[in-house]
Amino acid sequence: MSLITTLARLEAVRTGRAQPAATVRHRHLSDRPLVFVPLTTAGEAGAPLGALVGTDRDAPHLLVVPQPRDRDLRFAFLADLADIVLPHVEAYAESVEAAERTETDPETGKRVKVEVDLCADAAQLVVPSRAGIDFVRLLGRSMRFRRTAEQDPETPHPAPPRVPLLGRWLTHYGERARVPGSSLLLAMTDLLGRHWATGQSTLEDQHLGALLAWIAPEFSPEPGLTGAEAARRAELARDADGQLLCPPAGPATDPAFDNRLLAPAIERYDRARTALAAAEDGLEADERLGALTAAEREIRALVDSRTRPTWDAVWRGLDLLRELPEGAHAEERWTRDRWSFTSHRDRILAGEPPQPRRDDAVTAANKLATREREQARLEAQEALDDPLVMAGRRLSGEAFAGEVVDVVMAYSESKRPSPRPLVTVRTDDRPHLGERAKVYRSLGGKPQTAEYVGPAASDDGFGDGTGTGDGDGTGTGDGTRDGDGVLVLRIMDKMGRGKEPEAGSVPEKGDLVCFTLFEHEQRGGAKLPDPEQTPWTHGGPPGAAAAVPEAADAQTEEDVL
Amino acid sequence: MTAEALAAPAPADFDPGAEAARATAAILHDTLHGTERGVVVDSPPGAGKSTLVVRAALELAEAGRPLMVVAQTNAQVDDLVLRLAEKNPDLPVGRLHSSDADPYDKALDALESVRKSAKAADLAGQAVVLSTAAKWAHVTVDEPWRHAIVDEAYQMRSDSLLAVAGLFERALFVGDPGQLDPFATVGSEQWAGLAYDPSSSAVTTLLAHNPGLPQHRLPVSWRLPASAARLVSDAFYPYTPFRSGTDHGDRSLAFGVPSDGSGPDRVIDEAAVSGWGLLELPARHTPRTDPEAVRAVAAVVRRLLDREGRATSERSPDPAPLTAARIAVGTAHRDQAAAVRSALADLGAGEVTVDTANRLQGREYDVTVVLHPLSGRPDATAFHLETGRLCVLASRHRHACIVVCREGVAGLLDDYPSTEPVQLGTLVKFPDGWEANHAVLAHLAEHRVSA
Repeated sequence: MSLITTLARLEAVRTGRAQPAATVRHRHLSDRPLVFVPLTTAGEAGAPLGALVGTDRDAPHLLVVPQPRDRDLRFAFLADLADIVLPHVEAYAESVEAAERTETDPETGKRVKVEVDLCADAAQLVVPSRAGIDFVRLLGRSMRFRRTAEQDPETPHPAPPRVPLLGRWLTHYGERARVPGSSLLLAMTDLLGRHWATGQSTLEDQHLGALLAWIAPEFSPEPGLTGAEAARRAELARDADGQLLCPPAGPATDPAFDNRLLAPAIERYDRARTALAAAEDGLEADERLGALTAAEREIRALVDSRTRPTWDAVWRGLDLLRELPEGAHAEERWTRDRWSFTSHRDRILAGEPPQPRRDDAVTAANKLATREREQARLEAQEALDDPLVMAGRRLSGEAFAGEVVDVVMAYSESKRPSPRPLVTVRTDDRPHLGERAKVYRSLGGKPQTAEYVGPAASDDGFGDGTGTGDGDGTGTGDGTRDGDGVLVLRIMDKMGRGKEPEAGSVPEKGDLVCFTLFEHEQRGGAKLPDPEQTPWTHGGPPGAAAAVPEAADAQTEEDVL
Repeated sequence: MTAEALAAPAPADFDPGAEAARATAAILHDTLHGTERGVVVDSPPGAGKSTLVVRAALELAEAGRPLMVVAQTNAQVDDLVLRLAEKNPDLPVGRLHSSDADPYDKALDALESVRKSAKAADLAGQAVVLSTAAKWAHVTVDEPWRHAIVDEAYQMRSDSLLAVAGLFERALFVGDPGQLDPFATVGSEQWAGLAYDPSSSAVTTLLAHNPGLPQHRLPVSWRLPASAARLVSDAFYPYTPFRSGTDHGDRSLAFGVPSDGSGPDRVIDEAAVSGWGLLELPARHTPRTDPEAVRAVAAVVRRLLDREGRATSERSPDPAPLTAARIAVGTAHRDQAAAVRSALADLGAGEVTVDTANRLQGREYDVTVVLHPLSGRPDATAFHLETGRLCVLASRHRHACIVVCREGVAGLLDDYPSTEPVQLGTLVKFPDGWEANHAVLAHLAEHRVSA
């Protein structure tokens, strides 16, 4: 945890409410996000119990599996989910704009621009918590290898027509969510945790109710509570029947709910169903069908009562986030999400098989490289977009801001001398600058590079190097050495081709400048071999075995459900 | 047999020179005449890894096999180029470098047989071409190199080996398994357990796919003194023990200026005699850049310089002065290094090397001063418990290592046992950092001086 986050959390404890950790919104939010609040069955990973899903906060679709261990009912749930999610996704997939992409020409090997379709916008999916993202991934994995009767008439348990397709989309969303800064699939707890610092641990922040209680204690049903009190209430308070007042955001449910309410209700449903099957005539069957419907309605009401508070909390979180203006670079990152969305759409249209169960060596390495690059990009962009984030980087010695106190023109020693002006900056920050370290500032959205020359000469009374400041950033020393740091930088680029720098390209005396020690833009990584060219050190090419689409897991004797 | 028994004092007839020569001969034989595509060499700290790499490179070049050398940092590449040129000034060597400003050590410009270029094509025909893994990853060739040497292979990530492995037919992989593992800046649990997990080390992936490759080990550390080899071997290499090339009494450290009785002076004297010193500060939770600990580190360094130290070793009959160039300070975090640098500058000792464990890998000094990674911390994270971090910090010295630490680390360790989830299919690394930390602390406790 960075020092500034620790400070913000301490301040949250003292003031009793969460403190801003950002001044702008660092993630793109869609105008029509699809919110998905799933619940799962205890003890049975991947068996959904129900969900609220939809784009209208006042009219969510309630989907319920009255007997989660019944495969047919589970498939019916997934088919219903596909009927809601897929039309939403496909609406975005159909609306495209023209864009350019650089590709390698297979014949000449040269990089050429080609015109391609780019989806004008992408469908955004929001779940309450990180566990919800894992559940999306799990649903995707459980569905994408299923075979429909159309694909394979022999398959013993054919899936409803659109279920495998939903599995492929959810898998793509789950995988994209691992890319830092991506916004296709967002967890509300992560979003809120990025923008506010609470007075509790990050682990506790994963409870959506408690997190919201810190950010907006006034929303708590009991007025006048501090953030800590409201969070405690959200986590622990129970009604007279022993049920949590604020149900967990799921997908796991509270055991007290499972044992005292859900299990008896499911049992009643099972009995009603057995009774219906045993009905001997039409009249009896009608009566028993009524009992079954009532039992099912009861379970629906239970699931609704446990998902609705979370549903409302997610939308309240969206309201809070929408109050923040979007960060300058969020749109650019969303464009990358649109490319990702479009490329998945194209793979489906091209009839490609579902994503393999495991990545091959080359794909795994490519994904890791992409994510590391996106992580660095995200960290740089968030700092550039947000002075509060930049303050954190300044506090940790990775950036410094200050006033230009002197500019001296100088030139490089070459046949055609280029401008290399020396800029003296006075800063209160304490950057960790090494000899000839490179620093960067944003000049019209592009990074300008400068080189650290050294502290200013001591005759101006600054930076004499003999002070007694302990330089530890804790503020206990007198700070005379580092506190009034005066640094000399040599500007290296972005000054045009002429002998004199272009107007506005060199800071002037009195300018306020902010330099970072980290780069603003990321270089592309090296090209890895094609999977068919996987070298001997990594097991050689995946071979023919990998070319056959994988079948779903075979039934085993342990599969009792 | 326990690690304790394995690392027992050398029998009288143990000849470190002969043992090391035997190991080297076997490695070179497998490299030059073996049938396998790869040879793996594990090397403990200071066991002559660079010497081995240089020798293997020269012999491969002599045998007329075009050779590429992959190292991990530019400094390592430049160091190898200089060593090669020193051994054989006529060998045509190519230094492939990046197109950044100052891409290589200026000392290379003085070497006539070394050609430097940012393009691999310009270096075709050189007997040996050296570069970093990052640069090699951008190279494409029609005809792969007959042979490669991969240096610091345990610090290389699997994905960067994937990017360069198509460039060579066979390779010698050399590295130190006890040092810091490579890391990724994003989560990679998704691939844990896969043989080609891109975030694991290159050697892990290589051996998972090619379990039959010959594996060798260098048995003697020439850097570590007898006082340190035993501890480092027991704590960090319990299943692959090594010995020091020198015996107790072969090296000594003496000071012209007597002790003034202060904590720093007493710990210096303790370390001069025993090879280890622990300067213990009172227990307290502190920020990472603990001002008192930083000052204590700086004070020890200042006194080391002021007391006219003389280091006697097998290298020369006359004692060598303990200068700033022969001392280094090691920390866990970059901000700690920056704070120590600043404190040393205040004491007029700014020329002493101060760096993090990651950057001190592969370097050697007479005396090191270490700010303990767990000093003053309220918790012990996986980062701070990483075995390799402590191993690097405790194995950079030829004479003595002085650790500065707050009291209470043993209790902290007991409060924070390793709780990393075990992933199916991954090799559990032994010893774990928790155990190694305890082993080192227990040893240091015998050389404790209160500040």
